[in-house]
Amino acid sequence: MTVMAAGVDVHAHVAGPKVNTGRNFRPEDKLFNTTAGSGLKRMEGGFSVPTVLRTAYLYARMGFGFSMEAAMPPLYARHTHEEIRDTPPIIDQGALPVFGNNWFVLEYLKENEIENTAAYIAWLLNQTKGFGIKCVNPGGTESWGWGMNCETVDDVVPYFDVTPPRQIVSGLIAANEYLGLPHCMHVHGNSLGEPGNYEITLDTLKIAEDFKPQNDFGREVVLHNTHLQFHCYGGESYASKSFESKSKEVVNYINSVDNISYDLGVVTLDETTTMTADGPFEHHLSHMNNLKWANTDVELETGSGIVPFIYNPKTFIAGAQWAVGLECGLFIKDPMRAYITTDAPNAGPLCRYPRVYKWLMSAKARDDMLDNTLKYGDKIRERCYIGELDREISLYELAMMTRAGPAKTLGLSHMFGSLKPGLEGDVAVYPYNPETDTDDPEKIEYAFGNAAYLIKGGKLIVNEGEIVDMGNKRTFWVNATVNDNPMVERDISEKFRRYYTVTQNNYTVEGEHYVRNPYVIEVDATK
Amino acid sequence: MTKIITDVVCPFCGTLCDDLEVAVSDDGEEILEVYNACAIGATKFLHSQAKDRITRPRMKQEDGSWKEVTYDDAVDYTANLLVDAKKPLMYGWSSTSCPAQGVGSEIGEEVCACMDNTATVCHGSTLIAVQDVGVPSATLGEIANRADRVVFWGGCNPAHAHPRHMSRYSIFPRGFFTGKGSKSRKMIVVDPRKTDTAKMADVHLQLEQGRDYELLSAIRVAIRGEELPDFVAGIPKEEIYETAETLKSGRFTVIFFGMGVTHSLGKNHNIDIAIMVTRDLNDYTKAAIVAMRGGHYNVTGSGQVWGGWQFGFPFCLDLTRGFARYNPGDSSSNDLLVRDEVDAVFVLGSDPPGAHFPVRSVKKIAQLPSVCIDPHITPPTSAVSKMHVPVAFVGVEVGGCAYRMDNVPIETRKVVEPPEGMLTDEEFLQKVLDRVRELKGGQHNHDRVSHQKWFCLRLFRGGLTETKWMSLSKTARSSMQAMSQSRPSLMPLA
Amino acid sequence: MAAIQINLISGRTIQQGVSMEGGKEKLAYRDACGILELDDAEFKRLGCFKNTNVRVSSEFGSVVVKAIGATQGPHPGLGWIPMGPWANAVVDPNTYSTGMPTFKGTPVTVEVAEEETVLDAIALITEECL
Repeated sequence: MTVMAAGVDVHAHVAGPKVNTGRNFRPEDKLFNTTAGSGLKRMEGGFSVPTVLRTAYLYARMGFGFSMEAAMPPLYARHTHEEIRDTPPIIDQGALPVFGNNWFVLEYLKENEIENTAAYIAWLLNQTKGFGIKCVNPGGTESWGWGMNCETVDDVVPYFDVTPPRQIVSGLIAANEYLGLPHCMHVHGNSLGEPGNYEITLDTLKIAEDFKPQNDFGREVVLHNTHLQFHCYGGESYASKSFESKSKEVVNYINSVDNISYDLGVVTLDETTTMTADGPFEHHLSHMNNLKWANTDVELETGSGIVPFIYNPKTFIAGAQWAVGLECGLFIKDPMRAYITTDAPNAGPLCRYPRVYKWLMSAKARDDMLDNTLKYGDKIRERCYIGELDREISLYELAMMTRAGPAKTLGLSHMFGSLKPGLEGDVAVYPYNPETDTDDPEKIEYAFGNAAYLIKGGKLIVNEGEIVDMGNKRTFWVNATVNDNPMVERDISEKFRRYYTVTQNNYTVEGEHYVRNPYVIEVDATK
Repeated sequence: MTKIITDVVCPFCGTLCDDLEVAVSDDGEEILEVYNACAIGATKFLHSQAKDRITRPRMKQEDGSWKEVTYDDAVDYTANLLVDAKKPLMYGWSSTSCPAQGVGSEIGEEVCACMDNTATVCHGSTLIAVQDVGVPSATLGEIANRADRVVFWGGCNPAHAHPRHMSRYSIFPRGFFTGKGSKSRKMIVVDPRKTDTAKMADVHLQLEQGRDYELLSAIRVAIRGEELPDFVAGIPKEEIYETAETLKSGRFTVIFFGMGVTHSLGKNHNIDIAIMVTRDLNDYTKAAIVAMRGGHYNVTGSGQVWGGWQFGFPFCLDLTRGFARYNPGDSSSNDLLVRDEVDAVFVLGSDPPGAHFPVRSVKKIAQLPSVCIDPHITPPTSAVSKMHVPVAFVGVEVGGCAYRMDNVPIETRKVVEPPEGMLTDEEFLQKVLDRVRELKGGQHNHDRVSHQKWFCLRLFRGGLTETKWMSLSKTARSSMQAMSQSRPSLMPLA
Repeated sequence: MAAIQINLISGRTIQQGVSMEGGKEKLAYRDACGILELDDAEFKRLGCFKNTNVRVSSEFGSVVVKAIGATQGPHPGLGWIPMGPWANAVVDPNTYSTGMPTFKGTPVTVEVAEEETVLDAIALITEECL
């Protein structure tokens, strides 16, 4: 048996409007996998975009105790919270509202008004019961309101034209540290998935050089770059003669600094559903695979897109993406700053976490993929770094990359992520014997997908692989107090009066129906 | 003395206007005046005040008269009805709040019901089309702030059906980038009638009824600059080219569509191609498409609760095997009723006889044991139901979350107290759920085996009901059984 | 008197909405929805004045409504009954495996029925079903 603290998921799309659109418009995702309830469980269904019931049961089986919903459009915050409430209470959850294309933020940062930006962020976190600052394709999604995009950190945003993404990212980091929020600024940079985008990624990461973490939560980073795999591409096209991995360059830069963390976003070679607040990217993707495309632009705030996607192991590019994701996990020097995710469900479904662990922990499993499953294994060895890496992640490193690290970057290390005394008492026990089970990598995948026991808040949830208790979910949100700011208050009421289609009083998310069991983290930024 | 309640949300249509003001008497019991609402919304608020309102459940007697019963009796009747039925239909769910829909979902799961909402006679075709080709869309505020080309397609007549839509969202608002209001927009209406909306339009394409697919297809051709015949759907080709050019030349084009396309032959395919026009336009400019949903204010919400997070399918849910299945045409309420596949009917938050079920389906409801949960005084559904359970009006007498036509969730507000002793639908459903669980002996999960056995039986019998089956000759029965067995695709999963 | 063939469609009107929320059992609801809107030319073919009761029949059913002049027209060849039990009595219920009855585009025959009355909603449904 292997005993660890319960897992902490730093980035997954498991609740909210776009996840739901994904479920809604993909009946085929439920084909052959809907199951009847048994024991305490209700009926469940779905593979890449499972129903909330399956999501919670999956987390329990994988021994997770906390999950962060990665992108919440503020206007749809109620929807996200309704889903979180209906997700079986096994798992604690929080949600990050998106800020990178918000008109208030764009206007304040145009004038470099960090204090006003911070006051607005504090207000919005309170209104939406959000946890921290997410920034998706800064400036790009606003441009998408006109059918355009921001492809580099210095592209200008139409109308808001003096606010290039460079200013948005640095402004949001500054506001985050001004407030001293538990989590750092959580960014999905420009030009996701484009060959040659690693330079843009490096440009984005270098913005963090000017900042130092300021918070009372033991967080040591100021920027979290999510699903780094999608941002580490070289070359000019997806063809095998041009595309190349640049994970080494990007991760080496991260190794050279100490204030950046990231998660991997490993491609798991499945048929999945991509969904992101990066509206222009999904439009672009729909032109690549010609599958159905859903898009929703959200007034004054953000946008989003959804496209089903098949990462086909018979193609070069899917295999190369798979390799890049794993490289991101293998080049890291400090595993406390690199977290294992699949950007569920973008690079792969939630249920594939254990498979990613297997690939990271076993060079044999990786070679098996390259030799037997991937059609272009040799080409991939040539264009990526995967062939030169024989590192195998140890169980201790795995614990850092799936619990201790994410808990620390979320500012929750005083509650989750380790087995030291004084924490929340979240413990997972996996049927894996580190002495004898090293012979077969499949045992890793099995063990981490079938926790024998899960204890949450000191309460037994999973007993001998069976769910025996539904737990008592808490919804985490951050209440930041700032000094009175009449200007921001006036701006807010003015925008609601003129440009929103809901009134300001109908915007606030409150009440037991949305947040049944809140866990409020108070932050005082009045000093 | 009166007090004014502001920011009230209107629980009539999917426009979910949230700027109503309601004057109530000082004791908070009576609604005196409703401001900012359209004629329909105001009537809905005032209807709740009717003196002849029914405040207790009633049961129909043998002679057709009604007898008042207690809520406990009604709970018991409803729970027994659902538990005893082999395959109950639980229909409606659109004029109620999401929490109530959530409890209803649990009941449906417990009793292995078929569940369907009013989308099945409204925008069900749209839901299918979205599953075919997706949907590039935007919130209504995005349209108010940006759109300069506004198309109302196919029976989309907001002047009548969504009265404040044009003033709040689509035509008149002076948005951030649309400072001149209606002058900054070009309005196109496509409708076989010269509707009151069409009369306001810059361009009205009066197409032949039921030819939407042809015209949309022609617009795709025109967008690409290819050849068209002289007339398509009764519209001269010059007008089609011009329309295509107008749509392409906008900075932000939006297409709203209504039930003219969802109800005409072609059904979901009409919408498929409307969505494809929108997709095409995104290669030239920015374009979005929005279904004018919500003759019931929260039909969108029930699609979100089921379709998304609870079961994964937005309507036409078949839970009879203990897990969710979805197959419109098979698991849709009208088909189930007409084929005699259900043996009890539960209606909440809709009025199938009054609103939108063809008479053939209504007759079937009348023949079955049924219960109708509805706050209105005498909803036509009650005329064919055995039990009528009045409940508090959501959005007037109790709050609760509802989803606007663009899926934006808004919390409706309580304005006055419900009549004394009346339950809300959520409370009533919770009692039914508890009673259902009690009837099943505290077992959390339904005895699915008996259901599956029954289902197998039905399959082996070519889908016929017990009575029809018994009326067949012995030879016919055995040959049908043989036929079913030779088609393994019909076999239930192990 | 003549019987004419037209193509029937239905849908919402504001009067339908207001009277529905006012109470479907009331006569106002019948007056808003138990109607058939026709173009002037159709009245000529039918050989009657406006505001005459007519019987609308299709292969799926038959109902008596009051024929009135088109309020949102012209729409030659089309008849309009606002959505409600009167329209539902004659529309095409076939769903063609989509779940959606074919509410719009039902071929119907219209004939003058001056002697017959337009039933209210409850009476109509009761008569149809019980």
